[in-house]
Amino acid sequence: MSTGKDTANDTANTIHARFQLDWPGFALDVDLDLPGRGVTALFGHSGSGKTTLLRCIAGLERAPVGSLRFGEAVWQDERTFVPTYRRPLGYVFQEASLFPHLSVRGNLEYGRKRVGSAPHKVSLEQAIELLGIGHLLERKPERLSGGERQRVGIARALAVSPEILLMDEPLAALDLARKQEILPYLERLHGELEIPVLYVSHAPDEVARLADHLVVMEGGRAVAAGPLGETLASLDLPIRLGEDAGVVLDARVAERDAQWHLARVEFAGGGVWVRDSGHAVGEAVRVRILARDISLALHRQTGTSILNTLPAVVAQIADDAHPALALVKLKVGESPLVARLTRRSAHALELRPGAVVYAQIKAVALIG
Amino acid sequence: MDFSPADLAALWLTLKLATVTTVLLLVLGTPIAWWLARTRSMWKGPVGAVVALPIVLPPTVIGFYLLVAMGPNGPVGQFTQALGLGLLPFTFAGLVVASVFYSLPFVVQPIQNAFEAIGERPLEAAATLRASPVDAFFSVVLPLARPGYLTATVLGFAHTVGEFGVVLMIGGNIPEQTRVVSVQIYDHVEALEYGQAHGLAALMVVFSFLVLWALYHFNPTRGRR
Repeated sequence: MSTGKDTANDTANTIHARFQLDWPGFALDVDLDLPGRGVTALFGHSGSGKTTLLRCIAGLERAPVGSLRFGEAVWQDERTFVPTYRRPLGYVFQEASLFPHLSVRGNLEYGRKRVGSAPHKVSLEQAIELLGIGHLLERKPERLSGGERQRVGIARALAVSPEILLMDEPLAALDLARKQEILPYLERLHGELEIPVLYVSHAPDEVARLADHLVVMEGGRAVAAGPLGETLASLDLPIRLGEDAGVVLDARVAERDAQWHLARVEFAGGGVWVRDSGHAVGEAVRVRILARDISLALHRQTGTSILNTLPAVVAQIADDAHPALALVKLKVGESPLVARLTRRSAHALELRPGAVVYAQIKAVALIG
Repeated sequence: MDFSPADLAALWLTLKLATVTTVLLLVLGTPIAWWLARTRSMWKGPVGAVVALPIVLPPTVIGFYLLVAMGPNGPVGQFTQALGLGLLPFTFAGLVVASVFYSLPFVVQPIQNAFEAIGERPLEAAATLRASPVDAFFSVVLPLARPGYLTATVLGFAHTVGEFGVVLMIGGNIPEQTRVVSVQIYDHVEALEYGQAHGLAALMVVFSFLVLWALYHFNPTRGRR
């Protein structure tokens, strides 16, 4: 899995998007620079404008005022509007939207035939293999399950060998079991594709697993944008994540303990023990630590069942949605953590920026 | 049952008229149906109503106005004369023009319904897969609209076969040029040749039944929706 850090040579396919549109009851007004690699999540509640933004980038919607650059190419400005079929993109709709009159193979070849012999960044075979749909090729879409259909939809978008992949809540129409079926495939895409992906979602767990960058949308505006870890850890996020508040850290497996079936993963500035899920030593992983799973103490506790206690420095304290609760941003070395506690506890511990505390972490989820 | 040479000529003419009319209607009706299915223009209502007029108007009214328009002093008549085509009334060509008007809604409406049922999404999907709008129309819309086209073809053909009033007004009763089956039956009845009339009339009943049967057979969803 890539770390998603911006470096100078990643700017080749940077996306610059500025759109203004005014519909009855809805307005979109964004001005964004999106990174040219990795997965960028457009995250927000329904009606926040994330899908409209994606459709504007695809050219399926035409904002009356707007400019859009993809790398060197101008897709939209005052004089130009490149129609969707001339933009080198792949698009995955919320419902797979396969052509019902064509077989799976016919669907995959539909776009494939139309891109000609341009250099392919993704081969048809690679797309079929990545999504595990080799055994479905002769079926008609009506004979596929919802999860299979969406996998074909993703493979069909990849088969045109796009320079950017746009995904509009590809999991939202599926039940939990189907989601679990597809997420591993999306994670493989993340690991193996070199093209940038824009991923629209309203589900924090999908974002935590897949995204490198995060754009938070609300009321037709982009209210926060940046690398996933930093943006999630920011207490100034204008939308409340509630139970989903927390951080995602890039880490590496450092050690495996065969006796207790635990693995130690290390991130910049610290490390935690997690359940061993079979990752080899040295493998890059992600850990997600929710704010509700961290409690704070002024001294290192003994006689506790808690496995992971990390010394940390308080960086910022902010109010949470409920008046009884506060969110506390901590620094463990360079890595941020966010803890949720009652305001009464924060008061009793006399927490203030710069204070040294021990973060007791009750649960760590290993993702990816 | 044996048909006279005049009956056979009328049958042949009817078949020819219905075929030519249906082919023309499918070509002309497709852009009209496309526009009606997708426009948000204020003209959608009026245009849709004009297309549907032949369903409610007496055929003699349509025939009358077409006769006036295509006559020597009508706009269409002056146009065809200027082109050196002469006048259309009482010719096979005139009959085709009249039939196209008369059967227009029976072809446009099923195609329009099919286009509307397809919606926007398959076109958007095609566009993201590099298909230009024209390409998408032929590779996605037409295959998906096939049931609508089948209905349109059958209805357009059958409705043209069944016309009578318009033919009388515009085409008269010229053997092998404008005397179609329905007119031939009328002639038989006028001449009290009931046996002959029976033969053709029964043929029409069987034909109509088979057409509708085929329609419901190939389009089973029509009844359910």
